[in-house]
Amino acid sequence: MSRLLRDRRAAFGASVLLIVLICALLAPLVTSGDPASQRDIVATRFVAPLSSDVHGVFHPLGTDRFGRDVWTRLVYGARISLGIGVLAVLVSLVMGIVIGALAGYWRGPVSLALLGLTDFALAVPRVVLLLLLAALWQPSTALVIAVLGLTGWMGIARLVHGEVRSLAARAFVEGAVALGARRLRVLARHILPNALTPVIIAAALGVGNAITLEAGLSYLGLGVQPPTPSWGNMIQSGRDTLVNAPWVAAAPGVALVLVVVACTLLGDALRDVLDPRTRQS
Amino acid sequence: MLSRLGHRLLAGIAVVLGVVTLTFLLLHLAPGDPVDIMLGPSATAAQVSAQRRALGLDRPVPAQFATWVGRFVRGDWGTSITKGRPVRAILGDAWPATVRLVVLSLILSYVIGLAVGVVQAARGGTRTDTALSVVTVTLFAIPGYWLGLMLILVFTYWTQVLPAFGAAGLDADYLTGGRWLLDRLRHLILPLTALTLIGIGGAARFVRGAMLETLTQPFITTARAKGLTTRRVLGHHALRNALTPVVILLGLSLPALFSGAVFIEAVFAWPGVGRVLVEAVQARDYPVVMAATAISAALVVAGNMLADILAAWVDPRLRASA
Repeated sequence: MSRLLRDRRAAFGASVLLIVLICALLAPLVTSGDPASQRDIVATRFVAPLSSDVHGVFHPLGTDRFGRDVWTRLVYGARISLGIGVLAVLVSLVMGIVIGALAGYWRGPVSLALLGLTDFALAVPRVVLLLLLAALWQPSTALVIAVLGLTGWMGIARLVHGEVRSLAARAFVEGAVALGARRLRVLARHILPNALTPVIIAAALGVGNAITLEAGLSYLGLGVQPPTPSWGNMIQSGRDTLVNAPWVAAAPGVALVLVVVACTLLGDALRDVLDPRTRQS
Repeated sequence: MLSRLGHRLLAGIAVVLGVVTLTFLLLHLAPGDPVDIMLGPSATAAQVSAQRRALGLDRPVPAQFATWVGRFVRGDWGTSITKGRPVRAILGDAWPATVRLVVLSLILSYVIGLAVGVVQAARGGTRTDTALSVVTVTLFAIPGYWLGLMLILVFTYWTQVLPAFGAAGLDADYLTGGRWLLDRLRHLILPLTALTLIGIGGAARFVRGAMLETLTQPFITTARAKGLTTRRVLGHHALRNALTPVVILLGLSLPALFSGAVFIEAVFAWPGVGRVLVEAVQARDYPVVMAATAISAALVVAGNMLADILAAWVDPRLRASA
């Protein structure tokens, strides 16, 4: 833990994520008003960043074409975007751990079938599947979480499978079996806790990936639907006003890059600290 | 090696078939169908059922699927429901644009990414390494469509030096020779830059990791102890061995690059397969979606096989184990 705290990458990643998380959780306190509220559109639209509109309301990141405060939408959008990223990865984690563990511990036809399924799912072009699922059903936040989760579990399943297989041959597992522990108990109590390190790292990287993909889907109009703000649909609506108000598209993009960089650095740092093989530097 | 390739080919065909089946089922399980979109809400029930019969949508799903597979294999990919053009003509017009974009970007991002990664590994832990790491991790994190928008903002709207939409200007049909080429190149620059910059981030990060891992191996210590120059140790001993995982990644990143190209094509109105696919999915254009999915699945499988072959070419040990 102290190694992790001394790592500059981990410190940066954790502080960025912490700040974004606090802002998102305390959204009503750090913003002024409703992210979807539109008053007097003609007078308040396209207010430049760091200036006030005719009513004297200050807009740190300006307003969009409906006169909505970009900062407010950014903070409320963080709730949606981060929430989707975390929940989608949770879905992937559960699926990946269950499938990987079963395939790793029960050899034979079950294992073969599950591994075949994993290889097949890995070979399916993810974006094509995302487009299909998101376009064919009514777009909604729940659908985006399900779709991202269902298309993101394969890497985790492979990691868990490999770890479980190598752990299953170790002496302490054989000991547990010899003492008469049931197989499921051996798997849950003795093997899985030892197999989780690479999974945690993959999850940290996966959150960033899921947030980017959510934004991509929303950008194509297949994700979170307006007026609910997500970073993706903010970028999309900013695209139409790129000339008049570039800040509308720029702000959510910068926020997204910062969060993904933070996730990546945190994942890298975790790997270096938790994986003794890369501990040379 | 050959028998392994045969195995891979069979597995690849199975994957493509599976993807196509899955797509077909999804299309037909999802609520709504293309007839609703074609005829609009004011159509009578009789009109809808007549149109469904005309398109063959009233037949059982397995029968529709069997017909589709039979025709697809024989080269009859059907007619686009929304555009009325043969699907083969639509995709035939689109794929060269995508391949041009993806292949050029793959080459550029790996050449540059390799150089950056090697420089970083050679100066591991120094300020140069840290600075380049900051750049690559940021590039790696940028969503392509957003980078595309920002490039459009700067180079098209503000400085007005480069066109942002399409693969050719409106007057492209009247241009000849050098001016035609210049027009094409100018339209290529922004989408290619966006796709390449993102690719560089991933490639450089991976190369750096592979190089640093190789540099800890005992044979590198031996090479250094023999008194070889750093340049020779890095270039001849470390890079060659680090190249295997890089080459495998190159093949595996082909589908990811294709996915990225879907978004880039949407931003730059690039007339490629990605844009055709997005439009077709939104309009429920079944024949186009099916054909485009089959082709992208085949691309993914081909990328994986290419990675295998390239890896065996770079690393003789993989050939022996085959």
